[in-house]
Amino acid sequence: MSKSAILKSSLAKKYWMGFTGLFLCVFLLGHLAGNLQLFMTGVEGQFQFNEYAKFMTTNPAVKILSYVTYISILFHAIDGLILTIRNAKARPQKYAYNKPSANSTWASRNMGVLGTVLLAFIVTHMTNFWAKMHFSEVPFMTADPEGKILEEPLKDLHTIVMQFFNPAENSMALVAVILYVVSMIAIGFHLSHGFQSGFQSLGFKNEKYKSIIDLSGKAFSIVVPLLFAIIPIYLYVIQVM
Amino acid sequence: MNLTLKIWRQAGPDAKGSMETYPVSDISPDMSFLEMIDVLNDQLVRDGKDPVAFDHDCREGICGMCSMYINGEAHGPGRGVTTCQLHMRSFSDGETIYIEPWRAAAFPIIKDLVTDRGAFDRIIQAGGYVSVNTSGNTQDANALPIPKDNADKAFDAATCIGCGACVATCKNSSAMLFTSAKVSQLALLPQGEPEAARRVQRMVAQMDEEGFGNCTNTGACEVECPKGISLENIARMNREFLKAQFTSEK
Ligand code: SF4
Ligand code: FES
Repeated sequence: MSKSAILKSSLAKKYWMGFTGLFLCVFLLGHLAGNLQLFMTGVEGQFQFNEYAKFMTTNPAVKILSYVTYISILFHAIDGLILTIRNAKARPQKYAYNKPSANSTWASRNMGVLGTVLLAFIVTHMTNFWAKMHFSEVPFMTADPEGKILEEPLKDLHTIVMQFFNPAENSMALVAVILYVVSMIAIGFHLSHGFQSGFQSLGFKNEKYKSIIDLSGKAFSIVVPLLFAIIPIYLYVIQVM
Repeated sequence: MNLTLKIWRQAGPDAKGSMETYPVSDISPDMSFLEMIDVLNDQLVRDGKDPVAFDHDCREGICGMCSMYINGEAHGPGRGVTTCQLHMRSFSDGETIYIEPWRAAAFPIIKDLVTDRGAFDRIIQAGGYVSVNTSGNTQDANALPIPKDNADKAFDAATCIGCGACVATCKNSSAMLFTSAKVSQLALLPQGEPEAARRVQRMVAQMDEEGFGNCTNTGACEVECPKGISLENIARMNREFLKAQFTSEK
């Protein structure tokens, strides 16, 4: 067997798909932990969130991890695209009558579509927050909650986020909330197949671990997107009231 | 029972095919699906028309030859049955039934419902065997201790009849379930152990070469497989292949 098998073989593609996918699941947990801090409002919450945002954009270890994340997303998307094209070629003539719902879930058959939705979400999401934080003019926080002047002013991502989901500041706030929630539903479906699929591809699923993997996958695909989705709804509601 | 059949007719490998409609009447619910096709063919021959070509051999669910995609499912609506073991009582009187061949680039159509599944043979030839030394002092297989669980799992994997329903039903036309069953039945036994790495590498390489698609773990194959071959075999093959990358020297 040639040494390139680990890159070229159909199985190798599965390994990479599963590996990057599961890595991105871990990333989601980290991201969620950050977002949940948005439930803390007031100056304290604002300060803590901005401190956290600073840590996430400047800490060298986090930097490395973020590059691994970008690469994983790209790799996952490109590998997925190659798989989709190849798989379409493996059946040039479609069935006149097909009933796939009899034997597989909708999500498992539409990972490419769901993935495309997610990619579009990631791009807009990064333009809305990540790019602002990195490249454009942002408001600053100059004092900590006790009123002590900070040596180095903090980039105020908290305000950017609050304004983004505030109809008084952003005419598209409601649309943003809706699109965000829709994207979280898409990610939920993507994870409902992807989580356990990653483990299957890497060969972890067997009699002993199958049920625990399937169960964790179901829980993960419901709880994580739900928590993500509640945040913009909450921010919108508290600012309208 | 009276039925309307819509069947894929294709005169030869390169001919253009199409779905044709045939009415059949007086079908007994106790007939097997293939017997119902026999009735149709008898009628076609009487009318001086070309009978529908289809694969079959044992007609008792063990050879894997019969292959029909019936009403959108491989081997029809039943679970754990081949087309020859499917009975007309699974359908209702007056129903329209769609019958198509397995569709996959790796299974080219020969005629009508008959496909060339030689790709499976070539995957087996690539490594799905145990090289036995015929020096005359071959050890009795029963002399080797084998854990019961492994023996059972190997046996389950070995019940794959190579019908190709897994490929036909997979949205990616992937042959992973078949190949993994053939890898597993030997990898689980001490007799298969010495060649395990080489076997999985060669069989996977052949599978890719034949133009089957890539598995995306939809699990449709496991549901439609007449022998209930488990997805666990695919996970095992993934493990075996990964292990082989590190342990084999070639
Ligand atoms: S794995 Fe099942 S569906 Fe596939 S060839 Fe074997 S018996 Fe047929
Ligand atoms: S004809 Fe042998 S399995 Fe159906």
